[in-house]
Amino acid sequence: MTQTTDKVPTDLPEREYTVQGGGDWQTILPAPEGESERLVVNMGPQHPSTHGVLRLILEIEGESVTQVRCGIGYLHTGIEKNLEYRNWTQGVTFVTRMDYLSNFFNETAYCLGVEKLLGIEDQVPERAQVIRVMLMELNRISSHFVCLATGGLELGALTAMTVGFRDRELILDLFELITGLRMNQAYIRPGGVQQDLPAGAEKKIAETVTLLRKRYKDTHALLVGNAIWMGRTVGVGYQDLAACMALGATGPILRATGLPHDLRKSQPYCGYEDYEFEVATQDTCDAYGRFLIRLAEMEQSLNIVEQCLDKLSPGPVMVADKKIAWPSQLAIGPDGMGNSLEHIRHIMGESMEALIHHFKLVTEGFRVPVGQVYSAVESPRGELGVHMVSDGGTRPYRVHYRDPSFVNLQSVPIQSEGGMISDVVAAVASIDPVMGGCDR
Amino acid sequence: MGIEEKLPSGFLLTTVEGVAGYARKSSLWPATFGLACCAIEMMATGAGRFDLARFGMEVFRPSPRQADLMIVAGRVSQKMAPVLRQVYDQMPNPKWVISMGACASSGGMFNNYAVVQGVDHVVPVDIYLPGCPPRPEMLQDAILKLHDEIQHMKMGAHREVQVRELEAAALTATPVEDMKGLLR
Repeated sequence: MTQTTDKVPTDLPEREYTVQGGGDWQTILPAPEGESERLVVNMGPQHPSTHGVLRLILEIEGESVTQVRCGIGYLHTGIEKNLEYRNWTQGVTFVTRMDYLSNFFNETAYCLGVEKLLGIEDQVPERAQVIRVMLMELNRISSHFVCLATGGLELGALTAMTVGFRDRELILDLFELITGLRMNQAYIRPGGVQQDLPAGAEKKIAETVTLLRKRYKDTHALLVGNAIWMGRTVGVGYQDLAACMALGATGPILRATGLPHDLRKSQPYCGYEDYEFEVATQDTCDAYGRFLIRLAEMEQSLNIVEQCLDKLSPGPVMVADKKIAWPSQLAIGPDGMGNSLEHIRHIMGESMEALIHHFKLVTEGFRVPVGQVYSAVESPRGELGVHMVSDGGTRPYRVHYRDPSFVNLQSVPIQSEGGMISDVVAAVASIDPVMGGCDR
Repeated sequence: MGIEEKLPSGFLLTTVEGVAGYARKSSLWPATFGLACCAIEMMATGAGRFDLARFGMEVFRPSPRQADLMIVAGRVSQKMAPVLRQVYDQMPNPKWVISMGACASSGGMFNNYAVVQGVDHVVPVDIYLPGCPPRPEMLQDAILKLHDEIQHMKMGAHREVQVRELEAAALTATPVEDMKGLLR
């Protein structure tokens, strides 16, 4: 889908080169006077190297890129609107599908916001917070693995892809063991987590961490210092601190400029102040630096997961307030699924009050006091913030996500203009946008 | 009986349709059409553990012109629908479509202004694959079922008869709303 904007014969019927919805360049932008050989190339939205359904509009001169603009919105799902028609607990099911590679971060950011509005931050049990941190850090590793894998795929390093997906499977196995699902778990709920860890989970997690440490060395040996990998990424996608500040870029892009900005340190949540870890930084400002940061973060995350395992002590995983705690203690019944028979016996035969709570929560949900709140977590891609407004009802009045993929995508022009087309691919891969989070 | 009995050993008889079906099903080339969460599971299917290479189709073609299977993996937004149709139109015949996941099949949980309520509004679908997202094993199952369908696809005039028969069967099939009891 290419076209030159000059010398278009006027007697031909008007032809559209771009996909519909994006419109024809002729109607958007007439060819400037006196300019020649201006070539605009549309890369995406269906392109194997644009990290999902990102559309890059490139103006090129030979192999060099003179201008880049991002076209987004091809995965707009209307999740924020849907949230306004679901109760506060159901919202988790939607937000987990936003940035589908960092589900637990979306869920935690949302739940922290709801808990802040309810004023129950202090009542969330210790065990629930530790489980949240553990799952988020495992999620960070799996997300970085996919970043490596797809980034490698886009740069032609297929081994990086198979290695990344191989190791990610180990973490997905843990997710499946703990939550029952590989992706889109909706496991973290306002007030705690949906259910306790299953028997034997801690042992399995410890084993997986050991295995991941071993595999981590393989990934390290495969790519760090690899001449081809470095040739594609060193000095590519340069973005310094001033540019990051101007564009609001966070996450590995910001840390690759040498600024150790990490919300886990600067405004801890879920008890991150009690964990020992280092914020990885580089000072190269380029794609290779971001890659090194992601590798280092994976190792730090493994350390945090180990600390979580030490911290796990028996206890409840949901707030004690029965007017908020979702009654969802699942147990495997004879049909392989279902609510806990014990819970059903309790509400149906023993306690009228418990039945009322169950009924109210499941049919209507709990009410959240009027107010608004901003809560943010450090997702694998940067600051993931939620601004939510409550009008006092059982459903949110408005929930808005500040997704790092969306904000970081603004960096594409500054990172790629003046470089080669192939460097655009490397730069976008190093930003690691997830279009599900960007477009929502 | 016929010619079969007169053949020397080492010969097999089959039909052109059988051979063509066998060749077609064994060399499916999926297009990379990842949209959302399901795309990640689709990539996982192609990678080590699930290894789509066992069925000879681990190479996803970046260009739709080289592909004959479109796996619509993820939610299709109103903005993406024309792009999807264009990619489908660019694929050469014969071609097949797997609608992977609840969103692609029916809009899933996103019944709103932004999401197309089923990709069959835009392109004809051969296999609907439920799940959110479906496990890689489920995608493989869908692919194997599609292989079976392709193997038994008729050609030429036979195909027309087959299409008519399939349509007649579909008209008399039990509607979903009349399916009662446990779906097992």
